[in-house]
Amino acid sequence: MNDQTLTPEERAANLKGMGCARKRVEDVRFTQGKGNYVDDIKLDGMLFGDFVRSPYAHARVVSVNKEAALAVPGVVAVLTAEDLAPLGLHWMPTLAGDKQMVLADGKVLFQGQEVAYVVAEDRYIAADAVELVEVEYEELPVITDPFEALKSDVVLREDLEGQTEGAHGPRKHHNHIFTWEQGDKDATEAVLAEADVVAEEMVYYHRTHPCPLETCGCVASMDKVTGKLTLYGTFQAPHAIRTVVSLISGLAEHNIRVISPDIGGGFGNKVGAYAGYVCSVVASIVTGKPVKWVEDRMENLMSTAFARDYWMQGKIAATKDGKITGLWCHTTADHGGFDACADPTKFPAGFMNICTGSYDIPTAYLAVDGVYTNKAPGGVAYRCSFRVTEAAYFIERMIEVLAIKLNMDAAELRRINFIKADQFPYQSALGWEYDSGDYHTAWDKALKAVDYDGLRAEQAQRVEDFKAGKTRKLLGIGLTHFTEIVGAGPVKNCDILGLGMFDSCEIRIHPTGSAIARLGTISQGQGHATTFAQIIASEIGLPADDITLEEGDTDTAPYGLGTYGSRSTPVAGAATAMAARKIRAKAQMIAAYLLEVHDDDVEWDVDRFAVKGAPERFKTMKEIAFAAYNQAIPGLEPGLEAVSYYDPPNMTYPFGAYICVMEIDVDTGEWEVRKFYALDDCGTRINPMIIDGQVHGGVTEALAIAMGQEIAYDEMGNVKTGTLMDFFLPTAWETPNYITDYTVTPSPHHPIGAKGVGESPNVGGVPCFSNAVHDAFRPFGLVQSHMPHDHWRIWKIANGLGMHG
Amino acid sequence: MIPAGFEYHRPGDIASAIGILQEHGDEARVIAGGHSLIPMMKLRMAEMGHLVDLQAIDELKGVKIGSDTVSLGAMVTQHEMITHDGLASAIPLIREAALQIADPQVRYMGTVGGNVANGDPGNDMPGLMQCLNATFELSGPDGNRSVAARDFYEAAYFTAREDEEILTRISIPVPAAGVGQAYEKQKRKIGDYATAAAAVMFGQGTASVAMTNLADTPIWSADASTALAGGDVEGCVAAMLDAIDPVADNRGPVEFKKHVAAVMLRRAIDRAQSRAG
Ligand SMILES: Cc1cc2nc3c(=O)[nH]c(=O)nc-3n(C[C@H](O)[C@H](O)[C@H](O)COP(=O)(O)OP(=O)(O)OC[C@H]3O[C@@H](n4cnc5c(N)ncnc54)[C@H](O)[C@@H]3O)c2cc1C
Repeated sequence: MNDQTLTPEERAANLKGMGCARKRVEDVRFTQGKGNYVDDIKLDGMLFGDFVRSPYAHARVVSVNKEAALAVPGVVAVLTAEDLAPLGLHWMPTLAGDKQMVLADGKVLFQGQEVAYVVAEDRYIAADAVELVEVEYEELPVITDPFEALKSDVVLREDLEGQTEGAHGPRKHHNHIFTWEQGDKDATEAVLAEADVVAEEMVYYHRTHPCPLETCGCVASMDKVTGKLTLYGTFQAPHAIRTVVSLISGLAEHNIRVISPDIGGGFGNKVGAYAGYVCSVVASIVTGKPVKWVEDRMENLMSTAFARDYWMQGKIAATKDGKITGLWCHTTADHGGFDACADPTKFPAGFMNICTGSYDIPTAYLAVDGVYTNKAPGGVAYRCSFRVTEAAYFIERMIEVLAIKLNMDAAELRRINFIKADQFPYQSALGWEYDSGDYHTAWDKALKAVDYDGLRAEQAQRVEDFKAGKTRKLLGIGLTHFTEIVGAGPVKNCDILGLGMFDSCEIRIHPTGSAIARLGTISQGQGHATTFAQIIASEIGLPADDITLEEGDTDTAPYGLGTYGSRSTPVAGAATAMAARKIRAKAQMIAAYLLEVHDDDVEWDVDRFAVKGAPERFKTMKEIAFAAYNQAIPGLEPGLEAVSYYDPPNMTYPFGAYICVMEIDVDTGEWEVRKFYALDDCGTRINPMIIDGQVHGGVTEALAIAMGQEIAYDEMGNVKTGTLMDFFLPTAWETPNYITDYTVTPSPHHPIGAKGVGESPNVGGVPCFSNAVHDAFRPFGLVQSHMPHDHWRIWKIANGLGMHG
Repeated sequence: MIPAGFEYHRPGDIASAIGILQEHGDEARVIAGGHSLIPMMKLRMAEMGHLVDLQAIDELKGVKIGSDTVSLGAMVTQHEMITHDGLASAIPLIREAALQIADPQVRYMGTVGGNVANGDPGNDMPGLMQCLNATFELSGPDGNRSVAARDFYEAAYFTAREDEEILTRISIPVPAAGVGQAYEKQKRKIGDYATAAAAVMFGQGTASVAMTNLADTPIWSADASTALAGGDVEGCVAAMLDAIDPVADNRGPVEFKKHVAAVMLRRAIDRAQSRAG
């Protein structure tokens, strides 16, 4: 055996390691209906929970009468805040340092807020009983506008009345949550005052929702005999959930086992804790039976974590030839009724201070004011790192606005302001150290790939034709160069509820040379079982096909902070490589022992250690694995396993150049994406097929957000877009074809040079689509118009520009 | 999204179905494809004690193509309306409109009878049937009667059909040779109801024009049709804009809908004209 006949390249290919477009191992079960999601979990004697929710956005809860509901045969319990109060569980802490009602405690602050929790023997009885719970409300004035909230006498959070200090510093008003400031205000204002040119604009990034296909849910199962609670749920951070459950319930952490089974998409929606989890746990403890709670689509859209809702007032200063000299941004952030943003503790506006983007802007200032309104809480990173898509949208709009002011080509304006390749590591004016990048190369490649000059010529002709009455369609060319900041993050500045944002991997090699690896992250569709096995395969020379990946069970997996913010590859991927390297280091000692040479006399060769200068004398990893279990090796413990907890020294900074070509019908507001080109640089590429898939999915979500998706409220605080009829989720029909491309600029500090990629396409895609719409109307005088660019809003732009005669 | 409890009935003929409706009064409701009714039940906006499924009634099925009339059974699915070749050659407008309804999954289940009986201003078939001057055949405790599609719709979800009546068939006069037909619909995405939709027949000195989702009923306009028959496109559009009464919703404000209504109508007229012989 020992496959001496194969070349090193052939042996490497057999491993299906890094760089291989290996098919997703998860898909075998997903495509055969064999996935195991929370709602597939069925336990003996399981009860079902369902919520009574507020129809009002702001009201006092005068009384809750459970009698009629309790009289229904099969109803086991109806919980209200009063029942939870003795346990101290009627409120729960949020990830943002605020607290949130689990069940309405005297009042409700948003439509769909949880008021009572019905537990019944079957799902249908629970739903019937919900109808029978009589709640008396007294309506209060509703505030859905954050600017109005800051002026209004109406106190939304009466529980905080008189508290002038919040979790993130002083509160300026009873509906104000925090002010977060970064950069140099005075210097920036001085630059603005002296600049040749200043462009100023309000850039609104509307409220939307991650809307994963699988809604949120859990099954809580308290075993009264063992005293152990098992909590199955759609959790993007199972370990953190275990700690939170322990802290708020008082159950010892070792008596809690949290399991995230297969998850049908998360996109940030499943990072935080919801009332449903707390109520199900309480109900299971009280009844001694498993309790399942799974929300429906409308509940998911109305009450679980939303995303965005940032009003970003911007000023950008430049010389007359377009060199940017300063950036100023004031953001009014609508957080809804409770501050439940899922951000690292010290970053109440996430990484919004990446808003200088891909540009070398010497002076900048950012302030963010968080505000309470009568809307659902949240503010999660919907397929982006914390508030990064807001930041990217802001700067990429401001660049366009500046280009208009300077009467310059927006591609050229970007080019002259990019951070240059030799400036990395680059210190940004708002405090980040960009690890690596080569923006000019990516940009030039992108412009060439789409024949940018040709497109501009076509557009000029189109404008002529339009003016001559030969066409009613405009052509928009959307440009974006984005820089993401992912991989939270260094424990020195990133934590959630005090838990440092490291991550972990444990690898065990079995005697026959196959392996199992467990990580602190949890896949929700990213394909971890495929790609992390590839990292291990390349690092230790065992075929990826022989490596099982397991995540999501807190009893077996090492502690980690979970999967969101594109952190899995930057953090857990690094831990994986480091754990694998520990194994390789021990394998080297075993190989040297078996080959009867000194440790330093063997060298690594794809899947084996060989004696230096004598490549025919070697031990494969398979042989070494077996030896680890059957040889008594002096000075070495038996077995072959390792664990690594990785605290990244820095974030990683993926980037990309996106270009969209869009046709717009000025009479109907209809649009069609003719071409979408996405160049991504995510450093070392582990699996190009998975990267393509991530880009396709992310750009499609970006398309949805830019072109129609929103959570809209009327003045009464009613959610107007609570079903998929009105909340835009693109189908295959609306989804254009995408051209993907790449450059590779490895991260210098990551063990394998990889950066994250799953969220880049959303960060880059949203401004790209939006810029295409704006660009189509630029020749007719449009400067700024708010998303989502659905038909009537596009029509309104045309109408406002007098294009309807 | 869990409906309230109900009794399920599955009669084998029209008479038994009417019998069940009579027995339970407004506690009972027929269900055809269920793709308008079941969502309402899940939202608990429709609650009934008795659901009378029409799937097992053969009399309600089938497409009959005559030389001057086409007869569609109420239970003919939207999918059948797309795939039935005889129907497509007799009245191509029906396939063109049916292809604009929802998505293939909905169309496999949804029926033409349910679509026209529902009374939802968003449904595409009512306006289409008014354009085609179809007649709805109803059976009830007092026997059978016919109501013209143009007289059927009273307000949103209110029609000329009595609670105990079942819509059994739809009769449609086959348009004369040389009459061009077109259906134009603007929607936000696949699976969406119309922002505005227009059904137009035009040619041989005749015209018929109806629009969808621009009032609380479909709008067939005699004035608009007469104007178009006389070749007066501007007059037709003006008359139609006069007849519609859209309301603002997530699809857009009133001015936008009126503008799009005119655009859809003009496009449908253009296309119908190009197809006229
Ligand atoms: C996602 C989605 C998108 C859709 N988009 C569109 C669209 O773009 N355009 C469109 O036109 N429709 C659309 N629909 C509705 C769809 O076409 C329905 O199938 C149709 O409206 C009703 O037909 P049905 O057979 O499903 O009727 P059901 O839902 O079973 O019944 C509808 C109503 O009609 C009554 N009814 C049914 N049959 C009879 C009968 N024979 N006699 C008397 N009363 C009867 C029922 O009692 C009920 O009140 C959509 C539906 C969905 C779920």
